[in-house]
Amino acid sequence: MTVPETAAEIARAVNERELSAAAIAAEFEARIHLREAAVGAFLTQTGALALAHAERVDARVRAGEELPLAGVPLAIKDNMCLTGTRTTCGSKILENWTAPYTATAVQRLLDAGALPVGKTNLDEFAMGSSCENSALGTTRNPWDRERVPGGSSGGSVAAVAAGEAVLALGSDTGGSIREPAAFCGVVGFKPTYGRVSRYGLIAFASSLDQIGPVARTVQDAARCYDVMAGHDPLDATSLARPVAATHNGLRDDLRGVRIGLVNEFTLSALGADVRATYERAYADLEGLGADLVDVSLPTADYGVATYYLIAPAECSSNLARFDGMRYGLRVPGADVAETYERTRAAGFGDEVKRRILIGTHALSSGYYDAYYVRAQKARTLIAADFATAFQRCDAIAAPAAASEAFRFAAKSDPYSMYLMDYYTIPMSLAGLPALSVPCGFVTPPDGAHPLPLGLQLTTPLFEERTLLGIAHAYERATMHASVRPPIAANETARV
Amino acid sequence: MTEAPHAGLAVNGTPYESVIGIECHVELRTQTKMFCGCRNVFGAEPNSNVCPTCLGMPGALPVPNRLALELLVKAGLAFGADIPAFSKFDRKNYFYPDMPKDYQISQYDTPLTQGGLVEFWVRDGTRGRCRLTRIHLEEDTGKSSHAGSRDGRIAGSKHSLVDFNRAGVPLMECVSEPDIRTGPQAVAYLETLKRTFVALGVSDVKMEEGSLRCDVNLSLRPLGSSAYGTKTEIKNMNSFRSVERAIESEIARQAALLARGERIVQETRGWDEAAGTTHSMRSKEEAHDYRYFPDPDLSPIAFAGDDIARLRGELGILPNARIERFISDGVPLVQALQLIDTPGLAAYYETAATLSGKPQATLNFVLGDLSRLANETGIPVHASRVTASALAELVALVDAGTINSKTAKDLLGRLWADGGSARTLVESEGLAQVSDPGAIDTVVAEVLAANGKTVADYRAGKTKVLGFLVGSVMKQSRGKANPQLVEERLRAALETTGVS
Ligand SMILES: [Zn+2]
Repeated sequence: MTVPETAAEIARAVNERELSAAAIAAEFEARIHLREAAVGAFLTQTGALALAHAERVDARVRAGEELPLAGVPLAIKDNMCLTGTRTTCGSKILENWTAPYTATAVQRLLDAGALPVGKTNLDEFAMGSSCENSALGTTRNPWDRERVPGGSSGGSVAAVAAGEAVLALGSDTGGSIREPAAFCGVVGFKPTYGRVSRYGLIAFASSLDQIGPVARTVQDAARCYDVMAGHDPLDATSLARPVAATHNGLRDDLRGVRIGLVNEFTLSALGADVRATYERAYADLEGLGADLVDVSLPTADYGVATYYLIAPAECSSNLARFDGMRYGLRVPGADVAETYERTRAAGFGDEVKRRILIGTHALSSGYYDAYYVRAQKARTLIAADFATAFQRCDAIAAPAAASEAFRFAAKSDPYSMYLMDYYTIPMSLAGLPALSVPCGFVTPPDGAHPLPLGLQLTTPLFEERTLLGIAHAYERATMHASVRPPIAANETARV
Repeated sequence: MTEAPHAGLAVNGTPYESVIGIECHVELRTQTKMFCGCRNVFGAEPNSNVCPTCLGMPGALPVPNRLALELLVKAGLAFGADIPAFSKFDRKNYFYPDMPKDYQISQYDTPLTQGGLVEFWVRDGTRGRCRLTRIHLEEDTGKSSHAGSRDGRIAGSKHSLVDFNRAGVPLMECVSEPDIRTGPQAVAYLETLKRTFVALGVSDVKMEEGSLRCDVNLSLRPLGSSAYGTKTEIKNMNSFRSVERAIESEIARQAALLARGERIVQETRGWDEAAGTTHSMRSKEEAHDYRYFPDPDLSPIAFAGDDIARLRGELGILPNARIERFISDGVPLVQALQLIDTPGLAAYYETAATLSGKPQATLNFVLGDLSRLANETGIPVHASRVTASALAELVALVDAGTINSKTAKDLLGRLWADGGSARTLVESEGLAQVSDPGAIDTVVAEVLAANGKTVADYRAGKTKVLGFLVGSVMKQSRGKANPQLVEERLRAALETTGVS
């Protein structure tokens, strides 16, 4: 039989012993082998490890266990630790570093029966919106190989879009799951900050980083989230409050749901086709019974500036440990200081260095109050704006990215790249749960292929169940997610 | 409260005073480290108590040790500090090979405790007090050693080794106001901190193992002036004695400079124990911008009123209160400090004194024979076979006149070796003091009869020989005779009996 396309179906088939996890592991190893040359989603393939896990899953199923992710191929962004496996962050400085332990989120998925098929490419240390900042590989958009997959979780979304994995883990700091999910036509979900443990996620900006699922369907994202979420004693910022299961809260219509459209997020700056797609998406929400209401986020415009102080400030400290002393790249110098300098000069790429410099400056004596403290105040105001907006609505709809996927090297100046995250950063600063769900296609004048767009939905803190429920209703009604890129269009492999 | 007498410091005839503040780093005695589950022990195989978190591995996160937070709050409460409703951890950013993350988790502007007052007794009998600025919590660094250089320092070394066992050990920094004036006061202040932290179980405070490290800030100013002079910071003292010596040396150095009309340079100076002087250190911290900011991996710390009340209740009777009570019981200061500073001794003394109802006699045994036995055998008094109740029994036997002091001393030696009850030994071996005048008179008569020449000497006016005769009677009675009664009966016999 054919391997089903969704995690839900795969887990059912494996749990009912219609399919063996081992056969699925073998099938995906072969599929990755065939497709990687075109996609380049992975930095490290772990087929042997997936098979070893698959055998354990099959044994557990035979022993009568029912596992929510039994036999589900999982790709892991390469900024999450998996013991015994190379974990690079897409950086020369960790190119040959093997993680000595496994991230909590990864461990929970593996315990639930997922099969780790590989570690995926990303912008170096998750800093970027196109995956072009990886020092270790190029990932191509499965819809158009001349275009970027988005970033920073570019490898994870490309793997899922290309059918090289059924689920993937991304990390989202300012949009790093949602923007690439939109570019590659998959579901990308960033939970409330603190819902999923960050233990084992190599930090970029600790107060913003959040692990989340990438999937083909909202239901799969919910299933993955339900397994991962919940308090972790190893992460002091992980939330202790109980997690409501989301996979059984999915709905088919939006009657009685108030969806806010943000006044400040005018669509007039977008391309005509992109704008029309979003307008139709909003109309579709209304068609499902939702009440569309106008809401205002007056401070959202400060999001990008605020983010580019807070995130670099934290990264300048988080990345200090890569100094050539204990692990990773070491370029010896005449003394300790010179070893630090040479190691970091050789090990970090331009964007990482740029953010370390910005952050170091923002925290410096004499500038701290003007930059870091003011940015924190702006962050508080942005969160307050959302709280006010959510008095009038249950969820907010917005674009997940300012455009469809762009060509390689199209955004050569850093600032235009930073603006790609204009619509996703405010939610990150407020810690809110948000996701991107496919909402249609545009064919740009300079491209031959239709390219997907993503609708971003956001709910109040901890309202993941509401968020996924709304997204599921939209997904079912519109069927955009069922369209596959050519490379994954006819998955006929028989197991 | 009397101010300590001043040292009589003068510069070119003008009376000066030294102004001293002390910063202490004290390692907390917790089972595990500050932000991970690794064991917190001294002297383990290098890099044997480490994990991803305390090695600063990519992706590892800190989780605060609640017990360490509570110990620090107790340390503050013991000195009447305020516990602010809001506190947080900050990152202190700088590169150093023994610091795994290249930042130290510390507390910048919101320490766990603020203010407080340390009252202390100086050995000369004066009392003093020093305000605390703050106590905050941070993580210790690893420990570097340098190989290939002659003196183990980094200069000239071929390579360096780092032991991360100490990295992440909870460390409290206790900062004083500049209220200290002399070396002996500084030592008294440190001793008070030490005995309080030990009593609370906060730390073992062993300077030689590095669980207490202190830096001294010192400046001079004309007596009566309220402005501060330029200060120097002195480091590298490894005992209380060296703190006192370093302060004395630095006061002399600064006074000499001022007397010559020279200026004091604000700098860090290292104490050289062998040379007995301080020397200027190339301060690596010069112009350092630590870029403190709140650690985003850690949530703010809040202590509820209930928690604080509970911790206050757990303080017990603090060493200062016990010293106060010893002194009011008539124990001299030096002996009160000896009691309190010998582990277990104060409690032992208090129990025995309460049971016997005779504090002075108990104190004499505790600080006399028992402390001597403890020194000789290496067994602390409170852990010896002489229980506090056995001592109380012995004291009571002496007080009641049942045994004399010589018997008591002998018995104490036997109790120390074998344990048991003084009363049982006295009864089973007939060691009770003989206080029956008739029985003593019989022995007296025997001794006088056997020592005719001595008796004649006495009667001829050489009354010193009485001691010899008393000793002879005691010996004849196998030590059991009541010595006062023996002397009384001897005198009576010598002066009233005309025959020999
Ligand atoms: Zn550890």
